[in-house]
Amino acid sequence: MTRSSTGSRRPMQTDTFDVIVIGGGHAGAEAAAAAARFGARTALVTHKLSTIGEMSCNPAIGGLGKGHLVREIDALDGVMGRAADRGGIQFRMLNRSKGPAVRGPRTQADRHLYREAVQDILREYSNLTLIEDGVEDLITENGRVAGVIGQSGRSWRAGAVVVTTGTFLKGLIHIGEKRIPAGRVGEAPAIGLSDRLYGLGLQMGRLKTGTPARLVAASIDWAGLEMQDADADPIPFSFLNDRITVQQIACGITWTSAEVHAVIGDNLHKSAVYSGAIAGRGPRYCPSIEDKVKRFADRDKHQIFLEPEGLPGTEAGELIYPNGISTSLPEDVQEAFIRKIHGLEHVEIRRFGYAIEYDYVDPRELTPDLAVKKLPGLYLAGQINGTTGYEEAGGQGLMAGLNAARFAAGNDPYILDRSRAYIGVMIDDLVTRGVSEPYRMFTSRAEYRLTLRADNADQRLTEEGVKAGVVGSVRRESFHVKRSSIDTARMRLEALTLTPNEARSNGININLDGKRRNALEVMAYDGVDFAKLRSIWPELSDVTPQVAEQMEIEAQYAGYLDRQDADIVAFRKDEDMRLPSDLDYRAIGGLSNEAKEKLSTVRPATLGQAARIEGMTPGAITAVLGYLRRSARKAEKAARG
Amino acid sequence: MGAPRGPTDTIIALASGSGRAGVAVIRASGPGSAGVIRALTRANQPYPGDSSGPTGSEGALDPADVSRETPQPQSLPQPRKAAVRKLFDEAGGFLDEALILWMPGPLSYTGEDVAELHVHGGPAVVEAVIGAALRTRLCRIAEPGEFTRRAFDSGRMDLTQAEAIGDLIDAETEGQRRQAGRLYQGEAARVFEGWRGLLVSAMAALEASIDFPDEADIPGEINLSALEPIETLAVDLEQALGDAGRLASVREGFRIAILGPPNAGKSSLMNRLARREAAIVSPIAGTTRDVVEVRLVLSGYPVWVADTAGLREASDAIEAEGIRRALARAEEADLRIWVSDVSDNPDASRETSSTFREGDLRVLNKADLLETSPSSAGAEDVFVVSARSGAGMDPLERRLAEIVRERLETDEAPLVTRARHRELVEEALAAVERALEGARIGIGAELVSEDLRLAARSLGRITGSIDAEDLLDRIFSQFCVGK
Ligand SMILES: Cc1cc2nc3c(=O)[nH]c(=O)nc-3n(C[C@H](O)[C@H](O)[C@H](O)COP(=O)(O)OP(=O)(O)OC[C@H]3O[C@@H](n4cnc5c(N)ncnc54)[C@H](O)[C@@H]3O)c2cc1C
Ligand SMILES: Nc1nc2c(ncn2[C@@H]2O[C@H](COP(=O)(O)OP(=O)(O)O)[C@@H](O)[C@H]2O)c(=O)[nH]1
Ligand SMILES: [Mg+2]
Repeated sequence: MTRSSTGSRRPMQTDTFDVIVIGGGHAGAEAAAAAARFGARTALVTHKLSTIGEMSCNPAIGGLGKGHLVREIDALDGVMGRAADRGGIQFRMLNRSKGPAVRGPRTQADRHLYREAVQDILREYSNLTLIEDGVEDLITENGRVAGVIGQSGRSWRAGAVVVTTGTFLKGLIHIGEKRIPAGRVGEAPAIGLSDRLYGLGLQMGRLKTGTPARLVAASIDWAGLEMQDADADPIPFSFLNDRITVQQIACGITWTSAEVHAVIGDNLHKSAVYSGAIAGRGPRYCPSIEDKVKRFADRDKHQIFLEPEGLPGTEAGELIYPNGISTSLPEDVQEAFIRKIHGLEHVEIRRFGYAIEYDYVDPRELTPDLAVKKLPGLYLAGQINGTTGYEEAGGQGLMAGLNAARFAAGNDPYILDRSRAYIGVMIDDLVTRGVSEPYRMFTSRAEYRLTLRADNADQRLTEEGVKAGVVGSVRRESFHVKRSSIDTARMRLEALTLTPNEARSNGININLDGKRRNALEVMAYDGVDFAKLRSIWPELSDVTPQVAEQMEIEAQYAGYLDRQDADIVAFRKDEDMRLPSDLDYRAIGGLSNEAKEKLSTVRPATLGQAARIEGMTPGAITAVLGYLRRSARKAEKAARG
Repeated sequence: MGAPRGPTDTIIALASGSGRAGVAVIRASGPGSAGVIRALTRANQPYPGDSSGPTGSEGALDPADVSRETPQPQSLPQPRKAAVRKLFDEAGGFLDEALILWMPGPLSYTGEDVAELHVHGGPAVVEAVIGAALRTRLCRIAEPGEFTRRAFDSGRMDLTQAEAIGDLIDAETEGQRRQAGRLYQGEAARVFEGWRGLLVSAMAALEASIDFPDEADIPGEINLSALEPIETLAVDLEQALGDAGRLASVREGFRIAILGPPNAGKSSLMNRLARREAAIVSPIAGTTRDVVEVRLVLSGYPVWVADTAGLREASDAIEAEGIRRALARAEEADLRIWVSDVSDNPDASRETSSTFREGDLRVLNKADLLETSPSSAGAEDVFVVSARSGAGMDPLERRLAEIVRERLETDEAPLVTRARHRELVEEALAAVERALEGARIGIGAELVSEDLRLAARSLGRITGSIDAEDLLDRIFSQFCVGK
């Protein structure tokens, strides 16, 4: 499928679509599916159809913050949650002992099962065409994007294009002193497309990430290792599923030691990162083992999770992903330090770890619908925007695919703000502040964390998604059933009341103030859960566990949620103040040059976004607001004539 | 006429107080400042863009004189070095000899190019120089506060500093100026930022346990020791709000109430302190029925002295109301002066009143009617005076000045001086208290953290900085995280 000659760009075959998505990773799969759900004639063009849904790195979906993203993708009828439920082999609710807002669903996934599930789901969309080719260039006409050209020489036309090429733009793998141009190990990078993006005059930069060696499961001495089991009652990601049927497995836990650190320390200079060979910045929260040894020299051990890449007895299951020791040290050093780790003394290494450097586009080049400001019709999503992680990629992919389809159909963009979704927090962070290291979601990034929970993602988003045109009828119906049972339960609880004396006789310590309290209010008291309510009012026994849980959470967070609601109202006031995209910031008096420059670069969509630009002062925002008010008054006067 | 508003906007205004003064400072800020200096220091040249102006050697002064007096026309003085230059109008007319300071941006007050012209203070000179500058069409008159606004917008100062400049300009008294000065130096901003830093640190520990629960070196449960600095912070916030009372006195004036029985000479005493007839003095008891106030400056601080109705059994409803107000005023005053008629009752100083407080002053008036000093004379904070003759007033006034200084002046950075700040600090304190209480009774880390976040946000709003990235920075520098 290579090109015969660089000059032969003449299209051999032309097809026309509403939306073309380039790249079949996690962003691309969601983008293609979302555009198709919207009703767009969609094509997904990717290097290899067989790698659609491939997990480049860690075989796991979800986690803290990330699990929230998966639930939101699912609430908007996306692919990831359903695929994870079909491929998940070790479901664990992280932070199970903590409050509901910070619980994070996660599962390790069988690489093979997960990929198959993604591909199966994509094949269900009749208006989605999967095309195997590498995209070399974009077609532009009249200042907007009009299609793509493949390495094969074929070309396709489209009203909008979504680029989700991950780490493939000028990807460069480092292992010790070796450098291999590649998008992932064994896969060629995309050079032509990268040049085209540079040609658009987009601000671009370089980032890096790394992956550990893969170990042969059978060569590990499991007997001496601590094991971690899956949850006994795995909770599915998808709101459409009520149970997990995939076999669940355990993973192992081991530790590095002073001896291991010594080997690494002695060879630090050979690491691609420390020899200065890598220019891109890596993520601080996902440091390589050489980073950890160097930066936290006082620690004598670091934890390693030994995660099977698949179910036992399958090909994927033969390999172990050692979570915690990603590295770019040369192969002999990798082998030496890994064999010093407890349980890995005789381990066989199937593939060595590496660091990869790649191009990303400064996401401040994008509007909040993930459209490239400089080329109408072009959308970017996933790692190309400076993020890391499947979930981050998926969330952006969904929004970019939906908005590309809306654009192609002549509709307004659909944007989720920070008060509605983690997806909104992420995209706002990206397009407003840019990135200085690969961006990963954390619950602490969401200021409305108590409201934006993984458990209520459907209640927050599904109805919204129906309006935006990205939620199908099956999901819509099942959500409506759930919502009405929640509403009914809430009404029933509000109607059931008791006096303080009655409460006390049921063992609930309430002030004897003579006030009757309803069941929801009673549940806010310490130690009162839904089971307790059932013991007082046996008629509540028909409420389903899911609905009961929602009631418990609402009661538990009651006061905090009220305060947060007030906060959100204030937040939305600034979010509703839209800034014209052609606003001439240089014409605003009282703005410093620095502020003018920043505002002109980011071109914030709302006053709220403007205020979140790094280094923006309240005075500058006041000046912008004042200018807007004055021009609105002028326009009004002019209109009155 | 007038320079266009927009990116090339340059502003000019009198920066020192208006009216007669030895030296007046005229300040210009913006890209046209250099042009303004050039134009004003260049004799006999038409102003740029002014085609109607005189050309060649026509002018008010003898051209020969001009060329001799201005050896280096057009050149800018060295940055940040004072230079003496003669100023001329567009007709070459001599305006004044001025001290010129040229401060190119960004290292200037506003962050833009700034020129300061120190001219000889009369209003006529100032008006002539500004007029000539405006006719260059390189600048326009600044709006009130616009210099400070530009400094703030260019990041040369934070919000508290910008507000302090406003206070500085408004400062009428030396004491107010001193307080505003401390704010301006950014002390307050540093304290607020320090507090916010404490909150962010404490949150980092909580957030790390939330976002990285599987990490080996991160404690799993709420780490109460991480909240210890927050206990201290709560005390500091409370203290700052308490201090706000004292600081309000600096801004709004120290309040003194004069109290005592009718006819003791309270009104006379106040008139003495005010050096004018502010209150009616009469031998008829009960003349002063409402509170009368005069404003003085003592030790550089503004002071309000209130004369009140005499305290006795009221004879009518109006007087009763006057007495009620007198007591209310006594209650809220920073200091009370208890006046009694020494000739009536030489031992009046021993009278006690429920509103008498430690540190109040006693004045025994009408000393001119006594032949000998009363027994209590010489006791601490008891003053024997004659409001009529003025005898004994000096020690009383000295003591008042001393008290005002003692109570208002401290070396500590004044913190909560504005209503806006006060509200935000109150919000922060309420959130911090909820967080501490929550942690004590064992609510979830995410709820404790939520309240700390609200507190940090309130404090961040004072200085204008709000940033969630802070938190992650703190986590990554404190803990080794990442699988
Ligand atoms: C070595 C490595 C280590 C990583 N470590 C971690 C980690 O520890 N934790 C974590 O959360 N995330 C990690 N990631 C990141 C995670 O894999 C990505 O963030 C995520 O897969 C990004 O999804 P994406 O859809 O943007 O891109 P990808 O999943 O990379 O998918 C890109 C797709 O586009 C296709 N493509 C590229 N260019 C073209 C073209 N020109 N024409 C057609 N098709 C094209 C590719 O074939 C591929 O299918 C790592 C990634 C790598 C490579
Ligand atoms: N001899 C003498 N008379 C005074 C003195 N101070 C006040 N008086 C007189 O006392 C009377 C009451 O004074 P006034 O100030 O009105 O007292 P007030 O009722 O306490 O306000 C007036 O007739 C004053 O002239 C003083 O120092 N010496
Ligand atoms: Mg009187």
